[in-house]
Amino acid sequence: MRTVEAIEITKQIKEMCIEANHFLSPDMKKALETAAKQEDSILGKQILSQLEENLEIAGKDMIPICQDTGMAVIFIKVGQDVHIIGGNLENAINEGVRQGYQDGYLRKSVVEDPIERTNTKDNTPAVVHYKITEGDSIDITVVPKGFGSENMSRIFMLKPADGLEGVKEAILTAVKDAGPNACPPMIVGVGIGGTFEKCALMAKHALTRNLEERSSVPYLKDLEEEMLIKINGLGIGPGGLGGKMTALSVNIEAYPTHIAGLPVAVNICCHVNRHAHRVI
Amino acid sequence: MNQSVQIPISKETAKKLKAGDYVYLTGVIYTARDAAHKRMQETLDAGKELPMEIKGNAIYYMGPSPARPGCVIGSAGPTTASRMDKYTPRLLDLGLGAMIGKGKRSQAVIEAIKRNDSVYFAAIGGAGALLSQKIISSEVIAYDDLGAEAIRKLEVKDFPVVVVIDSDGNNLYETAAGAYEKKKDEG
Ligand code: SF4
Repeated sequence: MRTVEAIEITKQIKEMCIEANHFLSPDMKKALETAAKQEDSILGKQILSQLEENLEIAGKDMIPICQDTGMAVIFIKVGQDVHIIGGNLENAINEGVRQGYQDGYLRKSVVEDPIERTNTKDNTPAVVHYKITEGDSIDITVVPKGFGSENMSRIFMLKPADGLEGVKEAILTAVKDAGPNACPPMIVGVGIGGTFEKCALMAKHALTRNLEERSSVPYLKDLEEEMLIKINGLGIGPGGLGGKMTALSVNIEAYPTHIAGLPVAVNICCHVNRHAHRVI
Repeated sequence: MNQSVQIPISKETAKKLKAGDYVYLTGVIYTARDAAHKRMQETLDAGKELPMEIKGNAIYYMGPSPARPGCVIGSAGPTTASRMDKYTPRLLDLGLGAMIGKGKRSQAVIEAIKRNDSVYFAAIGGAGALLSQKIISSEVIAYDDLGAEAIRKLEVKDFPVVVVIDSDGNNLYETAAGAYEKKKDEG
């Protein structure tokens, strides 16, 4: 049994909130660079080169990549041989978010109640997804999620008879409707199967995947590649101002489901697809 | 066509701008998001004056991240304009000269843009760090309690935007994809 201090988790989460909002992962950066080379619309190219410049300024001057520094979504995998001491885990996580958003000059965008809408002023609470795993480490991914693209995300409860064609249709519908609102070029996270909430969670988790990796399931890998080509034929382009690079990647996860259903969730993320990952 | 435009903007200038033009804005603009729009609406309903002159001015749909010490402003890119659609036609009829945001607008807003010779610009979504450098000064002038959503008066220099909806009602978001397709076929 290994012990981990709650305060250590707070410290790591704080740093990860700041890191994720100022630096994109190397695969995201590379995908944007490649997109700038592949784009053939003049305006699209101009936008993409400005996005690269934006990333440079963000890192150099420590100005958040985007002013919507998101709601903090946390994926945390806790090894079953870890004993957390010195405080409650969820409090430690929220304290990390609080410190990160306050000390990191990040925007506080969370309201206490969805109807009354009073700002909590410290960007808490986070949305936390726990998983108990083997071993004695804690694996944390911090995903600050912007709402321009979150608002354009969709769930489709398809019928089994809709099949693969139905899934393709659902993905294209979500992307088309999102258009310029989701700050393209987008990353498209898709969850297929499971239940209503499981497919949404998979779609969100799919956004954190390294863009250089494709699904290990052959038919999903083919689907990811086919959908990327289809999406990039829509003409929406960078900023929605026309062009080829509407999406940088389509990442799909799947899970067993019920004989009567085919749930599909499409979680759209903008080009500011942020995530920081650490293992304690 | 790349060109510089002064803000406040006259109807004559707005009329010359065409969907697809790449424009650099210089002058004074005001920020307002959801909460500030709601309050402006309530102010007008109560028969009171808005906190700023609306005629010929531009509203930027934006709520910045906090400024680091020594900086004018934090990250400062556009937010989704459609959330303001409910309030916008009324402001346009009062003389609002231009809007800066990102994303689609409602038909009612497009009609009001045409009716009033106004213009809707898109700034690059998700380029808040870059755009912050085009802002020379920032001052909260109203609704301080709204924090990031307060109304700010910004002085901007060469602030890059694209004309998306012009005073004739042409909408780049509608035409861009089609135009791209056509070019692809030709090329
Ligand atoms: S959708 Fe993404 S890039 Fe666009 S404003 Fe929101 S967080 Fe920023």
